[in-house]
Amino acid sequence: MRDTFVRTLIDIAKQDKNVHLITGDLGFGVLKPFWEQLPDQFTNAGIAEQNMTSFAAGLALQGKTVFTYSIGNFPTLRCLEQIRNDCAYHNANVKIVCVGGGFVYGSLGMSHHATEDLAIMRALPDVTVLAPGDLVEAECATRAIYRYNGTCYLRLGRGGERRIHKKIDDFQIGKAIKIKNGEGVAIFSTGAIFDEVVDAIQSMEEHSINPALYTFPTVKPIDRAVIEECAERYDLIVTVEEHNIIGGFGSAVSEVLAELPRPRARILRIGLDDKYSSIVGSQKYLRDVYGMSAEKIAEEVQGILSA
Amino acid sequence: MTSEQLAWKIRRHGIEMTHISQGSHIGAILSVADIIAVLYNDIANVDPANPIMSNRDRIILSKGHAGAAIYAALAERGFFKVEELKTHYADGSRLSGHVSHKGIPGVEFSTGSLGHGLSVGAGMAYGAKKDNKQHKVFVICGDGECDEGAVWEAALVANHYKLNNLVAVIDHNKMQSLDFCENTITLSPFADKWKAFGWNVIDIDGHDHEALRDAFIKAKESIDKPTVIIANTTKGKGISFMENDILWHYRFPHEGEEYDSAVAELRAQMPEGITDMYEAREYFKEVAATKEAEEQ
Repeated sequence: MRDTFVRTLIDIAKQDKNVHLITGDLGFGVLKPFWEQLPDQFTNAGIAEQNMTSFAAGLALQGKTVFTYSIGNFPTLRCLEQIRNDCAYHNANVKIVCVGGGFVYGSLGMSHHATEDLAIMRALPDVTVLAPGDLVEAECATRAIYRYNGTCYLRLGRGGERRIHKKIDDFQIGKAIKIKNGEGVAIFSTGAIFDEVVDAIQSMEEHSINPALYTFPTVKPIDRAVIEECAERYDLIVTVEEHNIIGGFGSAVSEVLAELPRPRARILRIGLDDKYSSIVGSQKYLRDVYGMSAEKIAEEVQGILSA
Repeated sequence: MTSEQLAWKIRRHGIEMTHISQGSHIGAILSVADIIAVLYNDIANVDPANPIMSNRDRIILSKGHAGAAIYAALAERGFFKVEELKTHYADGSRLSGHVSHKGIPGVEFSTGSLGHGLSVGAGMAYGAKKDNKQHKVFVICGDGECDEGAVWEAALVANHYKLNNLVAVIDHNKMQSLDFCENTITLSPFADKWKAFGWNVIDIDGHDHEALRDAFIKAKESIDKPTVIIANTTKGKGISFMENDILWHYRFPHEGEEYDSAVAELRAQMPEGITDMYEAREYFKEVAATKEAEEQ
């Protein structure tokens, strides 16, 4: 996913000399094609994310479209106030890019688990929040935030994600994408956990459960229309995110649902149960430990349906 | 208008604004007044008729708590009506205690949380160099603000990218919120720190307008280094009982002796060629009196 992002950004930046990429000294081997091809549009701000983010705001206010790049929590939590005061309040054209949403860096330990970023970014006014689910969404999302005038947050996986969509014809910030209709249950997925959700659905279908599936590449603004429609049409809405259960995607969907008149679908939120993980392991392993693997997702949905 | 006249007006507005609003930071407003007056009056290319012209010099007040001084300077330079200054801190006002740009012509950047401005200024200076723009970026910081690590992140980056179009001015009044800087977190040797970070350092009396003008001109001539002007100032400058007294970081000049003495002291220092803007404006005192009466 990060390679897709970089490839897309190179394509954009070649057409638009005002696009500038700043890294917080990360992206070894990943950003190289960018700095080799577009050295004048690239800056390494060093290991100093607070300065990087304010600097990006200043650069954006001089007319540039600035992408800041780092991993895990470094481009967000480490410089949260710089995002709030310097980028968002000034509507600065800064696109904050995080590689490694969720448990991508599972083995590196708790410091590198980005599991509260969606909640925290979502709480900032004038920050648009995207978490693409596959390589196709990643490319579309990169192009969309480039075109969008204002501060955005783009949460990416790392590598190894699939191309699940064949193509997306009309990608728009704030619009969910319907993969398929279903019966009784609708599953909403955001971010790279989409992989697991697709596999979970396959296994559910083998057990005669036929959920609808939507992916939400935009977490904020949330697609209210799709939530309203599904709340009416289905009995159960399941949200899946590789993120803390508090404040993120599931919360965003719940906020809309809770305001709808009954009868409406009930909700099941799947995510990290308000924990930091001290357990070491690959992304795949930790997803399973914390109930977000395809198998665990399928089990949980089946459990609630048969209860 | 001369810079000395503007500085006096900033101080006079500062006393009035904090008095009416019962607002804080008069000590900082008085200490930074000369820096801001020289910058807006004699140095910076800014135009009230076109506050967003692309070649304007950028001025960021990183110590946003002295925002009243910027508002006063801008109002006196014609960016907005002087009358609006009386709304500082008030319900529904756009003039917040810490400087805000929203809807206010001439304010380049909103601050209030310390340690942001120099990084933003560095980004602006970097962008200007990238595009071969000739304008300068001025960032006014506090000395206590230099406790913030991000200031030094910006100092590293500005040196690395040779941002000679970036000028930091430190309002070095030696005091911060609770005590003198040296009793809080040692800053000295302060100039040496900036030198060690690769900056062109100019150490001056921050109340001497000639020295300030010279320093800004020298800073503009820097070939490959960012410049820091360490402007040695006195917190509360101009009002004897406020000078170097930490009380006046937060306290406002109360109705009665405090306010009357402050105004009397300022009037005694008034440069020739101007009159006290508030002489005929009993309105301001009435507002304050009503407020106090209501509280009692």
